[in-house]
Amino acid sequence: MAKRDESSELLRELVAHLRQNRTQLREEWVNRISETRLLTAMTKEEIFAEATSVYDSYVEALETETFEALQAYARNLSERIIPRGVETHEVVGIVLLLRDVLARSLFAKYQTDFKKLNRILDAYEPAANRIANTVAVGFVQERERVIRQQQEAIRELSTPVLQVRERLLILPIIGVIDPQRARQLTEQLLRGIRTNRAKVVVIDITGVAAMDVTVANHLVQTVEASRLLGATVIVTGLSPEIAQTLVTIGVDLGKMNTVGDLQGGIEQAERLLGYKVAALAEPS
Amino acid sequence: MEIRVTISSDQDIVLARQKGRSLALELGFSSGDATLIATAISELARNIVSYARNGQVILKDIQGSNRVGIAVTATDNGPGIPDVGQALRDGFSTSGSLGLGLPGVRRLMDEFEIVSKPGQGTTVGVKKWRL
Amino acid sequence: MEVPILKQGAVLIATFQAALSDADLNQLRSALVQQVVRFRSRGVIVDVTAMDVMDSFASRTLREIAHIIRLRGAETVIVGIQPEVAFAMVQLGLTLEGVATALDLEEGLAYLNQKFKTMK
Repeated sequence: MAKRDESSELLRELVAHLRQNRTQLREEWVNRISETRLLTAMTKEEIFAEATSVYDSYVEALETETFEALQAYARNLSERIIPRGVETHEVVGIVLLLRDVLARSLFAKYQTDFKKLNRILDAYEPAANRIANTVAVGFVQERERVIRQQQEAIRELSTPVLQVRERLLILPIIGVIDPQRARQLTEQLLRGIRTNRAKVVVIDITGVAAMDVTVANHLVQTVEASRLLGATVIVTGLSPEIAQTLVTIGVDLGKMNTVGDLQGGIEQAERLLGYKVAALAEPS
Repeated sequence: MEIRVTISSDQDIVLARQKGRSLALELGFSSGDATLIATAISELARNIVSYARNGQVILKDIQGSNRVGIAVTATDNGPGIPDVGQALRDGFSTSGSLGLGLPGVRRLMDEFEIVSKPGQGTTVGVKKWRL
Repeated sequence: MEVPILKQGAVLIATFQAALSDADLNQLRSALVQQVVRFRSRGVIVDVTAMDVMDSFASRTLREIAHIIRLRGAETVIVGIQPEVAFAMVQLGLTLEGVATALDLEEGLAYLNQKFKTMK
């Protein structure tokens, strides 16, 4: 208890010192940032403005020993600077620089009283480390969130469910299918069937790079789930080699309605939907 | 957070899966995932009713290093499963129903664990992580 | 929980609620079969739009309903399976093989009318 009180008192003294020397310490920090070539994506004015906010939040976190405000600021800062290409090492770097700049000023102030310096550092270091940690974690979390969002967007783009006619959907699958993407494909298709009231779906796998037993099983499941919603699936673009492989590894192709190519698949879909496909008369 | 549902009748199966769905949604799972989780709980609770009559389902949130998830444990003191390996193969059934549904439950969830001793009961633990 | 069964011409429509217990499902199966006999219905639509979980028991009951009703010379179609429920079902290996399915009530009626025409 007594130790805690002493630590709080030292922190108060520390905070007063950092407030008093705010202008000078902040400038020193900004200089160190440009010397070490951090935050190169930002202008000097921007760095100064952010440095001011970070400095004040930092001191406030030391004073109140609460980190919520700093955490919120770190998240907000990350949101602004991530799109500009600021890297994790830069954010961690500047916070560590600030920690060092402040520690040095403490050395300078208490160099004649070594005992006191030690006690001050005992109070300062854990708080400073926690601040550095808070900012770094905030940045990384925000970055992960952005990356997840981008992945999501890319996946949405890479699996278009196209409505070519009333009640007919086409799902061209291109590239590599991992289990996560396979699941997303299926969910998107099932939702598409419902919203478009589709009765027939043509899944074209001409562009699928490789088909192993897992992917094949996903395909079978997609066909079965679509049927549960009342839609018939036609699979097109299954190469003889892939078909052979699937049969060899025991995938039941009997459950799948397959047609050689996309054109043939669409023709069959139209027949199922009751459209009459008539050849245009040759011009004579 | 830990939710215990005593399973002794078919009504309890419905209750267990409803609680499971709400907990999953509360933990931020998508409604698609919540459906998978609720379905798995329904199967596990059903196994208790059909094979052991009494038992319980425990629902719990779990924390990984950088993810959250849900853990479902279904426990009973029933007759146990003589051949667990066989019970995990698709299409296996002893009660003339669609089977124990265990291979299906395994596909619905991310992690699956089963301990069963003949005469002493069965515990099935499954987990699903939020992506 | 009583499942309402609606008679519309030659078709019976049963609408499932979300939280059906096994006993409810069994009761529904007997009620449907009885009414098909009583009204000499030609078709049955089971609307499961509200069901948020379709486990092995529910799925098996639906298949049994369809098979028994076929033995009475009538057709059954299951309508309204939700996308998420369908996804969970196929993961569990429940595909309602041999049972007709349609998107919703409207599609189910269209399917049955088509069937009735071809039947005579």
